[in-house]
Amino acid sequence: MDKSSRHAHTELAELSLLDKRLINLLQRGLPITERPFLEIAEQLNSSEDEVLERLNHLMSSKVLTRFGPMFDAVCLGGAFTLAALAVPEDRFEEVTQHVNSFDEVAHNYRRTHDFNMWFVVGAESEAEVNQVISDIEDKTSLPVLNTPKLEEFYVQLYLPA
Amino acid sequence: MSNYTSPHNLQLSSLERQFVLLTQSGLPIVAQPYQYVAEQLQITEADVLAMTTDLKERGIIRRIAAVPNHYKLGYRYNGMTVWDVEDEYVSEFGQAVGRLPFVSHCYLRPRHLPQWNYNLFAMVHGKTTQEVQQYRTQIKDLLINVLQVRNDDSDHGVKLMTNDILTSTEILKKTGLRLKR
Repeated sequence: MDKSSRHAHTELAELSLLDKRLINLLQRGLPITERPFLEIAEQLNSSEDEVLERLNHLMSSKVLTRFGPMFDAVCLGGAFTLAALAVPEDRFEEVTQHVNSFDEVAHNYRRTHDFNMWFVVGAESEAEVNQVISDIEDKTSLPVLNTPKLEEFYVQLYLPA
Repeated sequence: MSNYTSPHNLQLSSLERQFVLLTQSGLPIVAQPYQYVAEQLQITEADVLAMTTDLKERGIIRRIAAVPNHYKLGYRYNGMTVWDVEDEYVSEFGQAVGRLPFVSHCYLRPRHLPQWNYNLFAMVHGKTTQEVQQYRTQIKDLLINVLQVRNDDSDHGVKLMTNDILTSTEILKKTGLRLKR
């Protein structure tokens, strides 16, 4: 079976023009005011009620996964790293289970490379992150490629709907 | 008038920590979301607005926004582009690449020779594999431009070294990073 099938099967959302404009505007950010959706509604020639109704719908249909403050993960304390494994194809499922069993593993993606498994480890301290890395090495008998960030560059991701 | 006073650094006050715990999974979608937060924290709405504004100015909150499900919007492919860039120029490159709208993360990371020789990572998102490949080319063109400007006022020529793209083919796990109680 095609390995990309899980991506391909995610249904594309049907969006009205208002939905699209709302998604695009809300990705850029809301003003910090008592009634932020009123200002958004004015920009869209819509009403506060309609914006709230559409937004609730977009959340419940999972077109939007989250609405709220985007916190800087590092400012909240804790330590993170991006790590990778070169997993032999016949052990892929077993190794996935080992890696995913750690609560500290937040994301894990299969990727096209000899290093075919890439995951993010987040914990309270750098020592805990390193412990998880070493536990993963013990459990899988594979060496982990550990690439903690040295510097982060400011980004402004924008995915037009 | 707000009574809120800022701790003026990256440390969170105990009230701010409560604010993070309350809102890290999201704000309610209601006309006055900050009024809800105020009731929960037993402070005034004006104090919540002042605290939120201050957290944003300190860089702890990046913005108040909605996060779309990439896949539902048709962005099915993410590519981790990786670049071997001379350390001396990596900050300049990273800043330029981060400004591209299709880049969601851009980091300097350590090389591990001989098996891993890339130090600049930029994640890109697209609706087709072709689009993702095209973004890799756009980043490459941008880096070549930065280099040309550099080389014009320097004696030694700097070359763009190797790069690669690691396309995602399956999500094996995806949960949020959370501040623990």
